[in-house]
Amino acid sequence: MPALLFYLFALITLGFGLMVVLARNPVTSALSLAMSFVGLAALFISLDAFFIGTIQILVYAGAVMVLFLFIIMLLDIKAESDRMTNVAAIVGAIVLGSVLAVQIATVSAAHHQSDLSVNDAALNLVAAGNQMAATKTDLPTISKDLKAGILPDTKLMGLALFQQYGFHLQVMGLLLMVGTVGVVVLSKRDKEVAR
Amino acid sequence: MITLSHYLIVSGLLFALGLAGVVARRNIIIIYMCLEMMLSAANLTLVAFSRFHVLAGLPDYSAQALVFFTITVAAAEVAVGLAIIVALYRSKQSVEVESVTKLQG
Repeated sequence: MPALLFYLFALITLGFGLMVVLARNPVTSALSLAMSFVGLAALFISLDAFFIGTIQILVYAGAVMVLFLFIIMLLDIKAESDRMTNVAAIVGAIVLGSVLAVQIATVSAAHHQSDLSVNDAALNLVAAGNQMAATKTDLPTISKDLKAGILPDTKLMGLALFQQYGFHLQVMGLLLMVGTVGVVVLSKRDKEVAR
Repeated sequence: MITLSHYLIVSGLLFALGLAGVVARRNIIIIYMCLEMMLSAANLTLVAFSRFHVLAGLPDYSAQALVFFTITVAAAEVAVGLAIIVALYRSKQSVEVESVTKLQG
């Protein structure tokens, strides 16, 4: 990916992220967060993570942000008024944020692979395809793609999820079910209290 | 040339922004959105390390599986958290953090 596009999408991600924190109106914050997630999805895709980039848009920018907007509009939340601004919290936030940012920049600059570029860490698809075709558990649909020089990202992701992390995936299913039941229980109106 | 540290710094700045938002804002829904932003910043770090840790010619898919799980947990968390916010709004008629002080000593 050209450097210009990286800077463009990093700017979209961080600029709209700043808007989330600064905007007075919650609807502005929510829409800025959706844009920030779109920029982040583009950064994922620039790292050859096509599947993760796609679900970032589908799940975050789609489902999660619609839920946020729905709740904001359902509760009819008004913009915060200026008179209640807490100066101590804002100063604390700026200090905490900048200390953390400087810390992260220092650590990542000192990391031994920090100057590794995408070209240095080049993917070797054909070799990976040949290696996979030689094994007993070869999946022709993946190794053919790899030999043709295409990265079958979603297929490899499925391979990792269902071969290596099958149990974890089932735990995730259980978690989603518990979440669903929890939401129903939480939003059920308590009849005893209402009476 | 875009290097690993470029991605790490973008991720770190996004996390710092989210943290600043959690500390400074008083609207619970916006605090929640900033939490989501911090989760996504961690995801960017994971995906960057996945891409730059080449295993047998391919990116490290274990990290991307972890990102997949994080996104699932975040989606479940948002659903439950927003249900709690709605329940809170029902009893307090407000989504400001100052309105919830029952546990304050």
